[in-house]
Amino acid sequence: MGMCSGTSTCKTCLLRCPRLRRSPWNVCGLSRDASFPRVPEFTCQVAGCCQVFAALEDYQHHYHMLHANTCSLCSRAFPSGHLLDIHILEWHDSLFQILAQRQDMYQCLVEGCLEKFKTSQDRKDHMVRFHLYPADFRFDKPKTSRGPAMPVAADLLARALQDDGAAMEVCSEPTALPPCTRTYNHRIPSTVCFGQGATRGFKSSKKKNKHH
Amino acid sequence: MWSGRQARFRPLACGVEELRRRRREREAALRKARREQHLVSKRLLREDAEGPCAAELLREVEVQQFLRLAQSGTDEKEREKALVSLRRGLQHPETQQTFIRLEGSVRTLVGLLTSNRALLQLEAARCLHELSHSEQSAVAEACLPATSYLLTYLSGHSSDFIELCLYTLGNLIVESEAVRKQLLPQGIVPALAACIQSPYVAVLEALGYVLSQLLQAKEAPEKIIPSILDSTLPQHMLRLMQPGPKLNLGVAVEFAWCLHYITCRLTGQLGKCQRSFLGLPTQVNNAVLITHGALATLVLLLLDLAGTVQRVDDAGLELLACPVLRCLSNLLAEVPVESEGEEMQLRDERVMAALFILLQFFLQKQPSLLPEGLWLLNNLTANSPTFCTSLLSLDLLEPLLQLLPLSNVVCILVLTVLCNVAEKGPAYCQRLWPGPLLSCVLNTLTLSDTEVVGQSLELLQLLFLYQPEAIQDFLQQSGLQALEQHQEEAQLRDRIRALQQTAIHA
Repeated sequence: MGMCSGTSTCKTCLLRCPRLRRSPWNVCGLSRDASFPRVPEFTCQVAGCCQVFAALEDYQHHYHMLHANTCSLCSRAFPSGHLLDIHILEWHDSLFQILAQRQDMYQCLVEGCLEKFKTSQDRKDHMVRFHLYPADFRFDKPKTSRGPAMPVAADLLARALQDDGAAMEVCSEPTALPPCTRTYNHRIPSTVCFGQGATRGFKSSKKKNKHH
Repeated sequence: MWSGRQARFRPLACGVEELRRRRREREAALRKARREQHLVSKRLLREDAEGPCAAELLREVEVQQFLRLAQSGTDEKEREKALVSLRRGLQHPETQQTFIRLEGSVRTLVGLLTSNRALLQLEAARCLHELSHSEQSAVAEACLPATSYLLTYLSGHSSDFIELCLYTLGNLIVESEAVRKQLLPQGIVPALAACIQSPYVAVLEALGYVLSQLLQAKEAPEKIIPSILDSTLPQHMLRLMQPGPKLNLGVAVEFAWCLHYITCRLTGQLGKCQRSFLGLPTQVNNAVLITHGALATLVLLLLDLAGTVQRVDDAGLELLACPVLRCLSNLLAEVPVESEGEEMQLRDERVMAALFILLQFFLQKQPSLLPEGLWLLNNLTANSPTFCTSLLSLDLLEPLLQLLPLSNVVCILVLTVLCNVAEKGPAYCQRLWPGPLLSCVLNTLTLSDTEVVGQSLELLQLLFLYQPEAIQDFLQQSGLQALEQHQEEAQLRDRIRALQQTAIHA
């Protein structure tokens, strides 16, 4: 809120006037000014992503939102490491599936809440009732064996976004998945096998059906 | 008799009227400096490139068009442009109303907020930010579906985006209790506790803003402060207030105010722009803070501030001095100054010197802060002979007396401090008289304010008790005549009579 970076106080009236306009995206604001020298457009360096950018901040934001916390096994992107970890555990870890048959393994997604549940539906009910989360919270999709990871009661919005190349969660049909998208962010090293190999997470539709 | 000894942040004769009058006077001073205003006001982030708000009023059909284009346009650039246009339109309050009345509009916006197109996401977040700035709580409440996502994004990596989400949340918190009621179960406190570990200054400032708005909510003492104290937030706040090369002034100011809101319970049903900082300290809150080392941090900060104002002509420093002084005063009200152990720092003579350096600084640059400093001085000297000794041995009596003529509030506080010193006994009174003190007090007797005169009488009473030789001097300086002016005043009559008796019989 200041006239210059550093402190946030306005130097003239010695207080932080709420009416002061400030660009938190200092460079971004500048780079949108036509007279500011521009870099030539560049593409995202992540294999399989062909987004083009003219400003570094735009690319930074894109990278953080779409590639920083992405599952290397199914290409779903998550806004935080915490959600990614839970996703990997629940979707790609066979040991989790085994344990889940015997004890409550589905942890509440809200950080700081230590509750665990028997099924993902129970977890969702808890989040809706106790934490007042929306019932269609985007980062808590149930596992489906095919099709885009959208709840069946999809509305106009969901369908519209599907047309766009869909949600953050990329369609998980094995045939549609380009092989090169697995090159980043290996959370589970490919040399580690739980049982019969990590790729089992895609192919086994039998196990997935059990956890609806 | 003299009842003011135990005065902490409570005024002396605890009449409700006096309380109110003092509060009004102080708040007037504060409002003059407009310090409070900025703290409860909303924060608006807008790109400089756009210039002043020249938002055109958008019609409903235009809003619909932009939304539709943003949601399902074919070209990426077109979609972004549509959202930018919508965002610009949302600067206008009427367009905000139009927007929230459109069916499915917020839903669409939330969908864009959570889409896989980073720039659309950013623009959608900016639209929400514009909406959050509305002064209509209906608009804030329309943003309820977005809060779970705003919170989720706080644990992401994009610092600009996090900052935007934080300011949006902060604005929504100010505006609507319904929003606060939803944010608490949604886990805002753990989300902030995780976010406060961010290394980005902009994020930390924004977080301080959110926290300070949460703490100023009217339901804060029962519903919000306990969970904040249970979290790791207090220790992180104190870490960010540690003086040293890494101290950032803006961040420290935010968290110092947060600390202040915790240490004092807000009293009364005051409007948003008139928070009373003179709450009554709550013991539970303060005990927790003290175990986290709040006193040590605040004292170090005080010393650091005093050092800085001497070296640097930075007028922003009083923004930090104010909450630090208030916090210290409030915490001291609960902690006996002469206790053993960790409160050793409080015995440090440098605290007294630092405080007077700050008082001089305030005198020159920001006189409205003098009462703050003097309250701390009062709380230091009230129960501590050590600090009274420091005051005298550092020759701080004269600078203190110089403050008497400034205003009624300052005058009363100075007299209170002098009473604190005087009541410690003869050894102390011998340092007060002979000296300039008596003629200064006689001057205050000529004033018409009842409270000023009352406090002067208290001081005289103590002086006559422990240093009877002063009575002669008093009589020679026409003290009795000065007393006579006020003998019809109901509140003062008894004390005046008692003093007259003492003086005559000496």
